[in-house]
Amino acid sequence: MSVFSAHRKPPRVGDNPVFRRGLIGIVLVLVAFVIVAPLVIIGVEAFSKGWAVYRDTITHPDTQHAIMLTVLAALIAVPVNTAFGIAAAWAITKFDFWGRRFLLVVIEIPFSVSPIVAGVAYLFVYGLQGLFGPLLEAYDIKILFAVPGIIIASMFVTAPFVARELIPLMQAQGRDLEEAATSLGASGFRTFFAVTLPNVKWALLYGVILCNARVMGEFGAVSVVSGNIRGQTNTLPLHIELLYHDYQAAGAFASASILALIAVFTIIAKVALERQGAGRVRKQANTAEKAS
Amino acid sequence: MRRRNVLPGLPLSLGVTLFYVGLIVVLPLAALVIKAASLGPADYWQIVSSSRAVASYRVTVLSALGATIFNLFFGLALAWVITRYRFPGRRIVDAVVDLPFALPTAVAGIALTALFANNGWFGSVLEGFGIKVAYTPLGIMIAMCFTSLPFIVRTVQPVLEDLDPALEEAAQSLGGSDWAIFRRVILPLLAPALLAGVSLSFARCLGEFGAIIFIAGNQPMSTEITALLIFIRLEEYDYQAAAAIASVLLLAAFFMLAVTNWLQARALRYTVKG
Repeated sequence: MSVFSAHRKPPRVGDNPVFRRGLIGIVLVLVAFVIVAPLVIIGVEAFSKGWAVYRDTITHPDTQHAIMLTVLAALIAVPVNTAFGIAAAWAITKFDFWGRRFLLVVIEIPFSVSPIVAGVAYLFVYGLQGLFGPLLEAYDIKILFAVPGIIIASMFVTAPFVARELIPLMQAQGRDLEEAATSLGASGFRTFFAVTLPNVKWALLYGVILCNARVMGEFGAVSVVSGNIRGQTNTLPLHIELLYHDYQAAGAFASASILALIAVFTIIAKVALERQGAGRVRKQANTAEKAS
Repeated sequence: MRRRNVLPGLPLSLGVTLFYVGLIVVLPLAALVIKAASLGPADYWQIVSSSRAVASYRVTVLSALGATIFNLFFGLALAWVITRYRFPGRRIVDAVVDLPFALPTAVAGIALTALFANNGWFGSVLEGFGIKVAYTPLGIMIAMCFTSLPFIVRTVQPVLEDLDPALEEAAQSLGGSDWAIFRRVILPLLAPALLAGVSLSFARCLGEFGAIIFIAGNQPMSTEITALLIFIRLEEYDYQAAAAIASVLLLAAFFMLAVTNWLQARALRYTVKG
């Protein structure tokens, strides 16, 4: 063996320079076409009629109302789903009980169910033809085709997001630290806030940000239960559809640019949070692996 | 040996979880199933096997298959390039893979339509080759590709990262060519994760709505997906038909969920070392 080989790692499969460059090239071109181009065209189309049209769309009362409603939905759905995610992750990772794996599957159902199916399902609970419809009508409570319907449909679609970020991490971290804290006399809430939370905060924050992006962008389920009443029950994604079908493409893209910005922010936050959490998580995962 | 669990909070956390899952997830789906079941077998069958419904299943399933096969190759290549090569912009590529998850489907829908319409950036070029994308089944496929791409990349990536280089070295020292090693050593190790990603991606394609309806053309019998047919039945106040067709989509989702869980359990069996 030459001295050279001590400094250089042996070539791995696929390290042939021609193949390597070719594959990187193909992938970069496809990423540009499939993922980046849609993002770019939103910006281009949003300003295609100039800055004035963009500003007018954003400041139009209907758009403003749609933005307010979208923010309201997120302000309610995200904290509720966060609380649920923490409770679910605590129950599933810190305890063994009968049906634990099944519960895990049930929590993930909203990921596989079409948002349209979710919307229809809510019609049959709270709609006039639904289980609670007659009761709700008797007390004159409006859930469907009103703001509460939009919020609960968003909750369904994004229910698993926080739980899914927390569960694998809390599973890898085990129960030793919490058990130590409890045996030293800490209460359950103190154990969670002082011991568990610091270890999972970055994953939790990412779950919250992703959940927020999905609540704000939910379209299918919300379009079934909202009734699409302009200036009343239109969220931002529904407002985009309305403008688009109204032949106001520039306005639709202007409204879409707000949601696209939120998406870009979500991605940047993910990268930043991963960097914050990566060292810690990897260390813990390694310790967990050695311990088992 | 099983230790007694000393941690507090099981009644509270499990209670909250079961209550919320029951109210938000199980109750509505049960209501849908009850509504569909109230139809009676003959009526139910007539609705779900009507020619328009069957045509919508066909276009949905075929487009989802096409999109998933494309994403199988593209997703694997993408995960491979991100984990095995170092090149400028690698971190950016790794980050933008999540964009389809973060971008609202309606936004993706109008953006893809603008790109692939016959006066759009890609549409006008493809038109020169006689390929129409917007308002054809091909458009449905492209919308599905976009929204489901991250599933395959993100399930394969961790397995590729953890692949033991010693296995490749052993195969190389035995004189295997790169292609032979990939096919006979690496691919079998990736297969469980790859399949799990494929089934997640396929399930997502079956239910996709927002990204598709803008680009699809939505012609009954040819470019009308099942999710849209449900929506149309609702707009016609035909709630029973909507319930019946929605139950078919729900059944498909449950089937894919079972397949995914089975595949993931298998994948874990291979990746978790004792």
